[in-house]
Amino acid sequence: MPDIAPDPSGHAEGVAVARSSRREFIKRVIASGAVASSASFMVGGLAGCSTRRVGAPGAVERLLSLNVNGQLRRVDVLPQETLAMTLRYKLGLTGTKLSCDRAECGACTVLIDGVSLYACSTLTHSVRARKVLTIEGIRGLNGELHPVQQAFVEELSPQCGFCTPGQVMAAVALLQQNPKPTRAEARHGMSGNLCRCGAYDNYLNGVMRACGNLAEISHSTAVGPTAEGGHGA
Amino acid sequence: MALKHLGKDFLPPDVLAKVTGEAKFAEDFRAEGMVFARLLNSPYPHARVRSIDAAAALAMPGVLGILTAADVKNPPVPEPQLLNDEPCYVGAPVLLLAAESELLAQDALEKVRIDWEVLPFHVDPLASLHPDRPDARTDGNVAAKDIEPRTIKWTREDFDAAGAARMPMGKPGAEWAYGDVDATFARCKLVLDERFVHASNSHHSMEPRSAMAYWQNGKCILHVSTQSHTFIVQKLSDWIGIPPTDLVVVAEFCGGGFGSKGSAYPLQALPALMSKKLGRPVMMRISRAEEYYNGSARNGFQGQVKLGFGADGKLLAADIFLVQDSGAYFGFPDFRNAGEALSLMYQPQAMRWRGLPLLVNTPWHTAQRGPGQNQLAHIIEPLLDQAARQLGIDRLEIRRLNAPQSGSPLGAKRKPMSSCYVREALAQGAAAFDWERRKARSGNRQGSKVTGLGIGQAYHSAGSYGFDGLVRIAPDGRLHIHTGVGNLGTFSHTGTSRIAAEVLKVDWERCVVERGDSRRHLPWNNGQFGSNTSFTMGRTNLVAATDALEKLKAIAAQRFGGASDDFDIDGLRVFRKGQPGKGMTYGEAAQRAIQLGGRFDGHEFPDELNVITKASVAALAGSGLIGVAKDTLPRAGEVGTIAVGFIEIELDIETGKYRILDYVGITDCGTVIHPAGLETQLKSGAVQGFGVAGLERVVYDPQNGLPANVGYYQAKPPTYGDIALSMTTGAVGRPESLGALGTKGMGEPPLGAAGSALLCAISDALGGHVFNRTPVLADMILNHLADQPQAHGRLQTNCQ
Repeated sequence: MPDIAPDPSGHAEGVAVARSSRREFIKRVIASGAVASSASFMVGGLAGCSTRRVGAPGAVERLLSLNVNGQLRRVDVLPQETLAMTLRYKLGLTGTKLSCDRAECGACTVLIDGVSLYACSTLTHSVRARKVLTIEGIRGLNGELHPVQQAFVEELSPQCGFCTPGQVMAAVALLQQNPKPTRAEARHGMSGNLCRCGAYDNYLNGVMRACGNLAEISHSTAVGPTAEGGHGA
Repeated sequence: MALKHLGKDFLPPDVLAKVTGEAKFAEDFRAEGMVFARLLNSPYPHARVRSIDAAAALAMPGVLGILTAADVKNPPVPEPQLLNDEPCYVGAPVLLLAAESELLAQDALEKVRIDWEVLPFHVDPLASLHPDRPDARTDGNVAAKDIEPRTIKWTREDFDAAGAARMPMGKPGAEWAYGDVDATFARCKLVLDERFVHASNSHHSMEPRSAMAYWQNGKCILHVSTQSHTFIVQKLSDWIGIPPTDLVVVAEFCGGGFGSKGSAYPLQALPALMSKKLGRPVMMRISRAEEYYNGSARNGFQGQVKLGFGADGKLLAADIFLVQDSGAYFGFPDFRNAGEALSLMYQPQAMRWRGLPLLVNTPWHTAQRGPGQNQLAHIIEPLLDQAARQLGIDRLEIRRLNAPQSGSPLGAKRKPMSSCYVREALAQGAAAFDWERRKARSGNRQGSKVTGLGIGQAYHSAGSYGFDGLVRIAPDGRLHIHTGVGNLGTFSHTGTSRIAAEVLKVDWERCVVERGDSRRHLPWNNGQFGSNTSFTMGRTNLVAATDALEKLKAIAAQRFGGASDDFDIDGLRVFRKGQPGKGMTYGEAAQRAIQLGGRFDGHEFPDELNVITKASVAALAGSGLIGVAKDTLPRAGEVGTIAVGFIEIELDIETGKYRILDYVGITDCGTVIHPAGLETQLKSGAVQGFGVAGLERVVYDPQNGLPANVGYYQAKPPTYGDIALSMTTGAVGRPESLGALGTKGMGEPPLGAAGSALLCAISDALGGHVFNRTPVLADMILNHLADQPQAHGRLQTNCQ
């Protein structure tokens, strides 16, 4: 089970921050009895990366039932397979992105029983009987955007868009725990997600819009000097 | 003319897919029968492959094949190689192996036996100039796009003459000068003569450059990560060995490039070649560590700069020598760009520039946002502050005094700039930041916290031209704007398309942007890089739309009599001036164009078009009214963009860390196309600047050539925790006369403006101490405060 630690800053009291350490993850892989290769970075990455069933050396797939986005999905899973790989290569849910594949960037953020976790560093076997929510599962019944998605569109939060699904899921998790965070709390709550484009300010504006904290949205594109010689602060 | 679209926000058509996860990046595609390929990367910083024994690997059930350097058409060295038989850095791809599963491929790679001849190497550019030190490559230690590989060594006397305070300076690789440099220095009131280092940093694109390819009816369908689109097709098709018209590039989205995915790069071609060999679709996934090996890095600098000022603060003379760290291949002309930027941004009356691009055994270096110009900003802006302090001049005033204006000369050839509004940007920024009032806070101390203020400025050229535009009015009256601009995340594929909509006065709801897939028939466009998309493809869309407009009028004139000039357009109709009833809808005109054929519907087109555009027009022929043209509009004058930044930080002298309290970024980008997009570029460019200037320490182990940064946590790109607490942005908004409807780009300078402002603010908080080194990190600040020696050698780069 992941360790659930309270926000150490004290800013966002009650925000549960899921921490699944790399060490814990590797211990579980070893315990699964399937150390795939001498190349250590493969532990998370490659297992399950095939479009058909191929017997990799020493690996045996097992049929699991997973609750993904409210649907029961039955899938063959290798012992060392990460949830990110199962989602992307077995279930066709490619909205969950892989960028670092080692719990550094958050591009693969999903919700497990309502808690945000890095799918690249979560073994698929460990989420049996738990509720997995991915970016594909947060739209409304009629396909309407989730308020976070809608806010991210309105605030032009994404740039390249590669980290966006993870940012959306991190924001959804944050707002479930803390429905009306301050901008500072959102900044802290989202800090497990990297955006190399650097669109952090736009993502924070998106979170503020999504939670209705409109006073903390920050915009300021003034074209040419204003009458006072300055422009929006 | 009143603008319908420009200066107004719009919903970019790709943003919905980005927030829903439906956006498909290269690794999100699957194909029936797809197999997986893995790279074998060099474990040595420099070696030669004597022989490869892959028999044991190939004998494994499920292993399908390999590619080595002998199997591919490598470009001439020292261009980046598809596969290397003389790998020149740790992680250089040597062999590609495909198997039914990725796990199997990786296991099989363990069984490949390579007989390596390990060769000498080095990771420090200056070191390779020493007469006793080896070259990074067997063909030399110096190369650039316009400098053939060669060996340049400096003499022992060159090294000895430098003494402790200056960089040794021997023979350069290239140089230029204007004015009487020595005589001008002689009459300067203040001369600064400083040695500096600007380290290389990684691009850290979040989407690793994974790629997938398959073949269909002789065509290669390639899913790749590219920030450009049609721009990469020719080189890539050449590597794959097919005509450009047989290569289908699918790249609707790109997960970050920042220059590293601007042109074709070797890893894009490998799955295509493997797929051709196997007759199976091939997915090649790239890991984060491999992205650090092969995802490129900014070119670094070691150098010496001499700046001579008059008593009033005017920069009179400049002399700069830039030793460029180009990585293992020929890098990018950062060293040339930096020289031009110095000549423009501070307008010295006399200047000498010398540059020497050196090869080292570290990963491929290429353009990174503001290649050369932004490093220059980080080097010079803190020195400008030093001069202001010594001469007793306000730091805003010294910038205002030296700022270029429209018509100011650029570089050795003294070419005049078209529009250039640095002073206006400084004034706007100073007002928004309240510099006059706030500057009194400089150096204020509360407990261990000291306030630092800084101003930064940066420049980039923004005026490529000569590419093609293509639009189509369909019989349903819709305007299809075909664009070969990539999707770097700036939304400029659509921003520039709106210029065509503007010319043809079409409501945005009636416009379709065709992009992202060669099968949508795209024109030859420049890459999405170099702050040039808005200017360059603004113009291609202008000429294509103008061509369509002329055809609309010609069709109407044919139908209703009179000359084309007698007709006008509005409301999706072309009609006789003053007689709106005498006209036809765009849809009717499109149908008429199809009936007329010839140039009207794309069956005929100008011969000056690029082969890619010609193929696209041919494919669209007969489907509507085609507007297509090459941009041959005049370009009398250099086109560039600048940004300025104002910053306030609070530096903790007990920890060496600081918080960025406030940042103001202003750009001179011509007529604003997309205010929301502009704001996000100004803010996020600043965030990247904070990273380059203050966070990203990239280290190569000089003993073994190993990269120490192969993960985000080691390479430290900025996070939510590193951004400014408050950010304000703005644009001067004065039109660029050579741009389409006054537009030009703005992408690169926000990084350098923010990075240099930050460095100036750190210096300000430390009472004016200038590190002459980028990045400046907390340990350096603490060492300085404690009067302790720094961990790095004086001119050492990319070190701890």
